[in-house]
Amino acid sequence: MNPIFKILSNLGNQVTSRIWRLGSATRLFLLTLIYSGESFRRIHLTIREIYFTGVMSLIIVVVSAFFVGMVLGLQGYYTLQKYGSSESIGVLVALALLRELGPVVTALLFAGRAGTAITAEIGLMKATEQLSAMEMMAVSPIARIIGPRFWAGVISMPILASIFSMVGVMGGYLVAVPMIGSDHGAFWSQMNDNVDFRFDVVNGFIKSVVFGVACTIIALYEGYDAPPTAEGVSRATTRTVVTSSLTVLGLDFILTSFMIAH
Amino acid sequence: MDKTTLDIWVGLFVAIGIAALMGLAMKVGNLTSNTLGETYMITANYENIGGLKPRAPVKSSGVVVGRIDNIKFDTKSYQAVVTLKIDKRYPFPKDTFANIYTSGLLGEQYISLEAGGDDHFLKEGDRISKTQDAVVLEKLISQFLYNKASEDPKK
Amino acid sequence: MTQKNIVEIKNLSFGYGNFMLHKDISMVFPRGKVTAIMGGSGCGKTTILRLIGGQIKPKAGQVKVDGRIVHNQDRQGIYELRKKMGMLFQHGALFTDLSVFDNVAFPMREHTKLPESMIRDLVLMKLNAVGLRGAHKLMATELSGGMARRVALARAIALDPDIIMYDEPFAGLDPISMAVICDLIRTLNDALGATSIIVTHDVEEAFSFADYIYFVADGKVAAEGTPKELSKSKLPFVHQFVHGEKDGPVPFHYNAPSYKKDIYESV
Repeated sequence: MNPIFKILSNLGNQVTSRIWRLGSATRLFLLTLIYSGESFRRIHLTIREIYFTGVMSLIIVVVSAFFVGMVLGLQGYYTLQKYGSSESIGVLVALALLRELGPVVTALLFAGRAGTAITAEIGLMKATEQLSAMEMMAVSPIARIIGPRFWAGVISMPILASIFSMVGVMGGYLVAVPMIGSDHGAFWSQMNDNVDFRFDVVNGFIKSVVFGVACTIIALYEGYDAPPTAEGVSRATTRTVVTSSLTVLGLDFILTSFMIAH
Repeated sequence: MDKTTLDIWVGLFVAIGIAALMGLAMKVGNLTSNTLGETYMITANYENIGGLKPRAPVKSSGVVVGRIDNIKFDTKSYQAVVTLKIDKRYPFPKDTFANIYTSGLLGEQYISLEAGGDDHFLKEGDRISKTQDAVVLEKLISQFLYNKASEDPKK
Repeated sequence: MTQKNIVEIKNLSFGYGNFMLHKDISMVFPRGKVTAIMGGSGCGKTTILRLIGGQIKPKAGQVKVDGRIVHNQDRQGIYELRKKMGMLFQHGALFTDLSVFDNVAFPMREHTKLPESMIRDLVLMKLNAVGLRGAHKLMATELSGGMARRVALARAIALDPDIIMYDEPFAGLDPISMAVICDLIRTLNDALGATSIIVTHDVEEAFSFADYIYFVADGKVAAEGTPKELSKSKLPFVHQFVHGEKDGPVPFHYNAPSYKKDIYESV
């Protein structure tokens, strides 16, 4: 009787603590939005953060996009060939990237690279009492530290996702046309005919913005809430990656079903 | 990392991002083909438009000359009123046929304009009088069955 | 209305959950004086500073700064009060991504609209007061512990605060740095006409510069007085603390069952 009770109470505890954290994170999100003025009035703070989250993630995004695009080209070609539709390879690569892989993979890479950096930085600032010091100097850490990082993430994500999709398409092209020998004209014309700006490009863009908001606020919250010890910060960075990844994949499904229904 | 270097990198980053987005919109998507330059609007009425949707292409001899702007229902004549947006470079005579065809066997439906021989050309707001409805599969089947049924008594 | 006591703590009770850290504690901090709060580790000394600064709210009682009750203030009110305070954190808490100069300039840039040229003069002046004017170009991460703390002190006095608070300023410093900080606490307090509150457990240092000392134990003020009075005190707790005795009212052994029982349990 006792071990069962223990497991149940443990489970209940986990659920309540998760819900508590969700509420706490939402509060932080709303506070960040309210104090966003500072991030734009002193745009240089935000620009600095765009450098650290966006520009520094460029290399991993571009290289990954290239390989993803090439693999899509390769796999796609040999599968389409069986149905005599090998000329549609351009369409396959473009749609797969624009609708799903662009926003989702970029978000996962972003969470891993920029998200963990943000969590670690904020966690460390908390542990060394820098956030407390700022509060005591009558400067809101949310306005000055969290805000710029949030907006930098929200701005960087769609940019990275667009770059991912573009580079991926070029990677796919590289495999399909020069390497395999598919027709250059057919690649682009089929793509043009079947990729709709509103449904594919814009929807992909919207997804990347939503993922940007989610990943960045998760990273910021985990850092802000981390216990001020070395172990606490390291656990927080792990949680950032796990939570961001699951949230992105979950949101992807929700957004996709919403977009398809319309 | 001083201020100016940082700003340059971030500016470059945002610029590349916008360029990528533009590239995706134009080369990959069909944003450019939507811009037809100067256009004029004409209407056509149909009993049945089938699966025709707004933004579907308007072709003549296979070339895209315009797009469907919108589709409305006229409660007086109980017909569908389709507004076509045609590129100003392509004038069509008043006795043009506007037929609804399907691309391929099961593809999307579009309007095909076949020019007549009239000297007068369609202007902004004019109505095409010669239209052919979309082929509706159920009607085709019932017509086939009807023909089949009317054949039998003779045998 | 200028109060005699710039900070007043009245019947304060604070704790986490069921555990009460402070039980109905009262202290006053007169203007212009250097007051030290001493006690064993974990007795809630640093928490008192946080309560004064409004970072946490008391469960009962009140903390008054300049006649205003801290926890009744709204956001704007608290920020107004904080602008009059300067706090030196235990390890400096300098902003690691900024240089020494930018760290000291931070409060000036945030709260005043002074031109950069004037800020430069003020920053160098503050750094000079702590003896680190030559280090203004270094990054915060390049400083040693003692230097970092001095820069943090320069930052704490950047806006000429009325109250300067020190959280364990001597922890982990070498004797020379300790002497420097000791001297600075007294000099700056008198030069700025400020009130200083120091939380520490370094007896020798505190007794050398403090005007008044509060001993906190078990959530209450166990003893208070001038350094002279306390060094002569017969109270067992004060005596143990001041003379650094291993065992006394604060026991050596953590609560445990009888030694004999523990050893024989494993047999």
